[in-house]
Amino acid sequence: MKGEYDVVVIGAGVVGSAIARELSRYQLHIGVMEKNLDVCNETSGRNSAVVHGGFAYDANTLKAKFCVAGNRMMGDLSEELDFPFQRCGKVLVGNTDEDMEQLKRTMKQGGINGATGLELIDEKKLHELVPAVIGKFAMWSKNSGIMDPFLFTVSLAENAAQNGAEFLFRHEVTGIDRADDSYCIHTNQGDYKTRWIVNAAGLGCKQISDMLGITGYRVIGSKGNYIILDKRLGPLLPMPVYPVPSNTYMGIHVTPTVDGNVTVGPDAENVTDFSYYGVPQKNIDALARSGSDLWPHINKADQIRNFSGILPKWVDENGVIQDFKIEVKDDIAPRAVNLVGIESPGLTGAVPIAQYVVELIKDREPLAKNDRFVPEHKSIQRFATASLEERNALIAKDPAYGEMICSCEQVTKAEIRAALHNPLGVSTMTGIKYRTRAMMGTCQSGFCQMKIERLIEEELGLAPNEVVYSRPDSWVLTGKMREED
Amino acid sequence: MEQKDVIIIGGGPAGLAAALELHKAGVTDLLILEREDKLGGILRQCIHDGFGLGRFGESLSGPEYAQRFIESVETLHIPYLLNATVTDLTNDKVVTVVTADGIRTIQAKAVVLAMGCRERSRGALGIPGERPAGVFTAGTAQAYMNLYNRMPAKEVVILGSGDIGMIMARRLTLEGAHVQAVFEIMSHPSGLPRNIIQCLEDYDIPLYLSHTVTDIHGDTRLTGVTVSQVDEHLQPIAGTEKKYDCDTLILSVGLLPDNKLTRTAGIEIDPHTRGAYVDEFMQTEIPGVFSAGNVLHVHDLVDFVSMEAEHLARCAAKYVQGEELPACEIGIQPAAGVGHTIPQAVSGENDFQLSLRVRDHYGDCRIVVKQDGREVAVKRMKKAIPAEMIQFQVKADKIIGKNALEVSVEC
Repeated sequence: MKGEYDVVVIGAGVVGSAIARELSRYQLHIGVMEKNLDVCNETSGRNSAVVHGGFAYDANTLKAKFCVAGNRMMGDLSEELDFPFQRCGKVLVGNTDEDMEQLKRTMKQGGINGATGLELIDEKKLHELVPAVIGKFAMWSKNSGIMDPFLFTVSLAENAAQNGAEFLFRHEVTGIDRADDSYCIHTNQGDYKTRWIVNAAGLGCKQISDMLGITGYRVIGSKGNYIILDKRLGPLLPMPVYPVPSNTYMGIHVTPTVDGNVTVGPDAENVTDFSYYGVPQKNIDALARSGSDLWPHINKADQIRNFSGILPKWVDENGVIQDFKIEVKDDIAPRAVNLVGIESPGLTGAVPIAQYVVELIKDREPLAKNDRFVPEHKSIQRFATASLEERNALIAKDPAYGEMICSCEQVTKAEIRAALHNPLGVSTMTGIKYRTRAMMGTCQSGFCQMKIERLIEEELGLAPNEVVYSRPDSWVLTGKMREED
Repeated sequence: MEQKDVIIIGGGPAGLAAALELHKAGVTDLLILEREDKLGGILRQCIHDGFGLGRFGESLSGPEYAQRFIESVETLHIPYLLNATVTDLTNDKVVTVVTADGIRTIQAKAVVLAMGCRERSRGALGIPGERPAGVFTAGTAQAYMNLYNRMPAKEVVILGSGDIGMIMARRLTLEGAHVQAVFEIMSHPSGLPRNIIQCLEDYDIPLYLSHTVTDIHGDTRLTGVTVSQVDEHLQPIAGTEKKYDCDTLILSVGLLPDNKLTRTAGIEIDPHTRGAYVDEFMQTEIPGVFSAGNVLHVHDLVDFVSMEAEHLARCAAKYVQGEELPACEIGIQPAAGVGHTIPQAVSGENDFQLSLRVRDHYGDCRIVVKQDGREVAVKRMKKAIPAEMIQFQVKADKIIGKNALEVSVEC
C-alpha cells in the first residue's frame, strides 16, 4: 500500500475540494485523488462562473435546495476563504407573451424553492440596470452573482490542505476492491487503503460508481462552448443577461467576469467523449450571433479566447435529465458516498453538497471534531487591484511586488512566486495562470510566458523539459539549446 | 511631484532614437522607462541580420543595431530605468511607473509614447480546436530561443507569412527542428520578398498561399493541425482539409500597436493604424504627448522606426523649449487603395513626410495626394504591396486652404 486514509475523495473539482474541506473539520486522515495536475481542470473551471439564484430548478429537488443554500452563504464564504464574488444580480430578458408566461412560472417556482429578490421589471427599469440590453421586460434576480470558480476551488482545496487533507495529483483511479472494513483503491500510481470513499469524480462519476458496484446509472455529457471578450467590454455589462430559460437549459447568455471580461455562451450539445474540449468555428460564429440578440457589443475584434466545458448529467432511460444523486448504498457499497450527475448548479451548491455528504457519513459513524480546524484562508495579494498606498506597502515589504512579469494583467514576480509555492504543490503553467491571472490578458502570454517558465525552473528546481503547461505530458520545451555556464 | 522635461515610455528602437535626438536638440532632462531588464526592445531577440541598411548603410543584427543607440545613450549619460513598468498615464502627462524601488509619479512636460507592438494571438484569430501546449506566436518562440536558450519545438507548422514567422522557420530549421510548411490565408505573402527567398526557399520550406489552419488537435501537447484552402472571401473550402502531424504551431499572423497606456490617457485610436492620430509633428490629440514607431503604426523596417522617432524628437524638443507648433487643421484621408496614412493631419505650413500602406498588390501605379481634386503630390511606383510601407515627401507649397487631403492609388 502506498498510503492509508480514513476517507478518500475521488476528484478535486469544486465539489471534491469542498467535501475535503468540510471533512477536515473532523479528525480524519483525508486523501483527495485527482487524475489531473491541479484542481478545477474540468467542469468546475469550465462554466459561466455564475452564482445562481435557485429559481430555475424543479421544486423539491436537491438542485433547488443546494443552489438556494449555496447562494445564501456565498458572501460569507468569499470573505472567509478570500475569493472574488460579486452579488451583482442578473436579468432574464424576454420579448413575447410566451416569454412573460415562462418568466411568471419561473418566479413562482423560485418562490417555492426559497429564492428571494426576484422581481419582474419593465423595459425602462431593465435599461437602467443594463443600458444596451435588447429586450422588452425581464425577471431581475437581485441575489444572483458572479465569482471566480478557479479561485473558489483553490481556496477550498488550499484550506482543506492547511487543515490536513492531502491532495494526490496525477492519480487516476483504475479500480476499487472492497474488504470487510476497508477499500483498496487501485491507481496508476499504486494502491491505497481507505475506510470511506467519496465519489466526486464529476465527468467520471459513472465509472467510479460502477467500480463501487453501484451500477446502472446513465450519464451523458452536455458540452457548452464559450467565447471570451476583452476587458474593454466589462464596464458596459454590470450583470449577466440571460434569455428566458427552460428548467433544463439556461440558454446562451452574456456574462461579465469578476475580472472585467465578458463571456458569451454556452451552447449545448450532447457528447460521448468527455475529454474533447475543442471549440468548432461554427459554434464560435453562432455564439457571437446569439449573444448579439441580447447585447449589441459583441465584435470579432474583441474576442480574445474561446473555451468549452462539459456537464455530467444523469438521465433516465428516456434521456430526461434527473436531479443530483447523492447516496450511500449501505448494502452494496457501505462507507461510500456516491455523487452522480453533479452538474449546474454544482458550483453554487458545492459547500451545501459537501455539508450534506458529511451528514451522510455522520449518520453512520461518529466523527470527532478537529479542534485545530482554521476556516480562514488567504489568497495571494494582488497588485492589480491594490490601491496606490497598498502597492507601495507591498513593494516596501517585498521588492518583487515592484517587478512586473505580466504587464497586461499587472501581475508581479511576488505573486508568481507565491503561486509557485502554493499549498497544493501545483507546478503547471496554467496553475500559475489561474492563481494569478498572469498570461490571461490581451497579449495572451506573448511577453510573459518565458519569464514564468524560467521562474518555474528556478523556484522549483525543474529542468526545462519537465515544465508542463496543464495536463500530464503537456511539455512546453524540449530542453536547452546550448549548455549554459 | 517629481518633474521631467520629457518621459520616454519604452527603451526600444523608437525610444532610444527619440532620446538621442532630444538630447542633441538640447533637451537633457530626460528619462527613458523600460519594462525589460535591458534596453533595446524587441531588437534584442532579432539575432538575424538585415537591420540598418537604410539608417547606417550596412547590414547589422538586431542587437548590433540597438547597441549603436545604447552606447550613445550611455556615453551621453541619458538617464533610464530598467524593470520599470508604466501603469498609468494621465491626460495632463503624469506618469506612474512601478519599480522594485517603489512607485514613482512624475509630471512630464512632454511624453513620448514608444511602447512598440505586440503579436496577434490565437484567441484574437479565433482559431477553433483544442488548447494543447505547443501553440506559440513567432515572437514568443523567438524569445525562448534567442533570449532564454530554450528550444520549444520539434515538428513545426507555421501559420502566417509575416516576417517573424519566416525568420523563425529558418531559425528553427538551423536549430534542428523540422519545419513542414508555412501557410498563408491571403493570396499573397504578408512578409518581405527577401525573407521568402532567404528564409523559406533557401531551406526548401514550402509556402502555401490561400490556406489556413482550421482545427487544432491534442489535449496535452499539440499532435497536429488541420489545414484547409480558403476561397476568395477567405472562407475555408469544404473537402480541402488536410491533417499535418506536428507538435508545434507557430503563429505569425500580424502585429498590433500596444496602445493600452495611450487609451488610459484618453487618447483616441485610429481603427486603421490602431495607433494614435498624430499630426506632422507626431503629436497626438493631447499637446505634448507624441507617438512614433510601432506603437503608432507597424513598420516593416526598424530604420524607418528610428528616423520617425528622430523626427518626433525634433518636434518634441521645440514643444518643450516653448516654441509654438502650428495648428494642424488639414486632415489626411486614405482613399481608394490606401489602408492608412501617417500623419493624419498637417498644418499646411511645412513640407512633411507621408507614410502609408496600400491595401492590395499593384503593378505600375501612382500614389496620389489630392486636395479638392487637385494633385498636391505624386509618387510613381513600379510595384506597391501591403507588406512594404511607402514613404515620400509632400511639399507644402501646393496645399491651399484647410480642406482635407486625400491619398489614393491610381493605376
